[in-house]
Amino acid sequence: MSTAVTEKKQKASVPFDYNKYLRPNKLPHIWCPGCGHGIVLKAMLRAIHESGIPKELICMVSGIGCSSRTPGYVDFNTLHTLHGRAMAFATGVKFANPKMKVIVVTGDGDALAIGGNHFIHACRRNIDMTVLVFTNATYGMTGGQYSPTTPMNAIATTSRYGNIEPPFDTCEMAKASGATFVARGTAYHTIELEKTILEAIRHRGTSVVDIIDACPTYFGRANKYKSATHMMEAIEKDGTVNIRQAEKLPPEKLEGKMLRGILHRVEKPEYCDQYESLIIGKAAKK
Amino acid sequence: MAENRKRFLQGNEACVEGAIYAGCTFYAGYPITPSTEVAEGMSVRLPAIGGKFIQMEDEIGGIAAAIGGSLAGLKSMTATSGPGLSLKQECIGYACLAEIPLVVVDVMRGGPSTGYPTGPSQSDIMQAKWGTHGDHPAISLTPSTVPEIFTETVRAFNLAEKYRTPVMVLYDEIVGHMREPITIPATGELEVIDRAKVTCKPEEYFPYDDRYLVAPLAPFGSGYRFHVTGLNHKQDGFPTNDSKMIEANNLRVMRKVEENAGDIWKNEEYMLDDAEIAVFTVGSTARSARFAVNEARKAGIKAGLLRPLTIWPFPDKTVKELSKKVRAIIVPEMNLGQMVLEVERCVAGGCETEGIHRVDGEPITPAQILDTIRKYK
Repeated sequence: MSTAVTEKKQKASVPFDYNKYLRPNKLPHIWCPGCGHGIVLKAMLRAIHESGIPKELICMVSGIGCSSRTPGYVDFNTLHTLHGRAMAFATGVKFANPKMKVIVVTGDGDALAIGGNHFIHACRRNIDMTVLVFTNATYGMTGGQYSPTTPMNAIATTSRYGNIEPPFDTCEMAKASGATFVARGTAYHTIELEKTILEAIRHRGTSVVDIIDACPTYFGRANKYKSATHMMEAIEKDGTVNIRQAEKLPPEKLEGKMLRGILHRVEKPEYCDQYESLIIGKAAKK
Repeated sequence: MAENRKRFLQGNEACVEGAIYAGCTFYAGYPITPSTEVAEGMSVRLPAIGGKFIQMEDEIGGIAAAIGGSLAGLKSMTATSGPGLSLKQECIGYACLAEIPLVVVDVMRGGPSTGYPTGPSQSDIMQAKWGTHGDHPAISLTPSTVPEIFTETVRAFNLAEKYRTPVMVLYDEIVGHMREPITIPATGELEVIDRAKVTCKPEEYFPYDDRYLVAPLAPFGSGYRFHVTGLNHKQDGFPTNDSKMIEANNLRVMRKVEENAGDIWKNEEYMLDDAEIAVFTVGSTARSARFAVNEARKAGIKAGLLRPLTIWPFPDKTVKELSKKVRAIIVPEMNLGQMVLEVERCVAGGCETEGIHRVDGEPITPAQILDTIRKYK
């Protein structure tokens, strides 16, 4: 026991070497001061490290948008694709080489608006990939238009009088579409997020993590948050509750709050496994 | 290869067999008339050789997954028709700039819009060249018979792998759905080109190494970790705003096809040696044209046929040379005038030109072509 404690202490005392996974000469990143994407990136790299998967076998795929610039900064096989198409490109990579661990980094607009069809069908197939949706309720790259997760009445550069479109619940949609692992985290709860991403990576099948990660530059300023930290506390800390804590809380305390943690996890046959065992098997017998 | 190599195949089936012969092991697509038999055939043939077939959720997903499959190192293909080709255009541009080998089969049907799904057309000629935004190289092959669909599909894979670029196989519904005898070539009979292997150390590897016109492409997962983007990029694959680098890379991508046009061009010349009137056309229309040329010859008219099997890059030099020898070049095509514009550009007033156009979903008949030939007698 004492050895374990010492090891744990040592582990905590040695700072995590992010440079092992970053491409330092591609930094600084393009994200604004106060943006949580860097926090999410770090949690993701710690989770990948913990998973023990070698860099050679990780393929990180993204679409277009602020979060989709992530692959450029990390030392894996990285694929920055077209707006909305990340999951379709990723399906091709994974299906062609099932040995690879495919991680999709996408935003709420990229995944749920222009890429909505690819999102639901990747979930339906249950192809082994981890989809990290950086949800900031904003099209940041184009200057702050409303997105599929923008709350009702919120101000954006294309909803100056308030948003009248109800937002998607990314997790409900992923679950309904057939994803076998669905979770939510926030940039604020960084340790919890790291653990959630690790569980998502370890899951075999389509795993989706909705990461609440508000945009201070566009969403925050337009909606009168005093500062990036104030916005982070209001949306990510006070606006969410962990699913385990939620079980103990009365319904009135949960009103308007999003649930965090692993919301759905089932074991179902994975697409590439099915193809290998059923399709290839049958074709060979013919 | 099987002992009995003589077959009676539909054009789309010959495309499947050509792809398998060329070493294609990845297909992703979406059903669309009149190309569906390509997907159906691939769904049977690929698993039997351990290859991958996936039907995606839409046309865009089909080509996107095929690009992903190619990046993972497999020879990849998708097939579609006009409306699907419109949807795939953004991804075609991606494959051009990111330099991903890929074969796109387009079985042309009547348009615009949903148009005439079961009727033949040649109205995607310009879409094949200019459908995606931005300047980009284009290679499109135009077979006219079932055996040619086989050989041109093999050639499409060869050119895609050799020049790291998407290559289109473009044929009309008639050629796609007609059945003809075909002898499947034995292994080794046709050349099959695989993409160049990377030999340098991973730390020295640049996916767009500017010492090459066409740099070797390492498969994802092979230990060469690199970045691929649809943004203008440097030789290391990372985005750049440097105007000199952007221009140099854009020009190099174009030069891959421009400087190798001699390798990519392929024409059939029929009775052109002493011809005074030439017909220029592709696909099923070329079959009508050959018949018309034969009839004209019987009537003592010196007619001939120039039939490009590579429509893009356009056979500029051949058409220009031809214009010096003939009185007129007649361009029949099942559209309202696409190839004829290119012919006029190359001829530059050097001889008469006339298009024969049809967009009613019916083929251009030998009689139509013969009547026009007679006008220039």
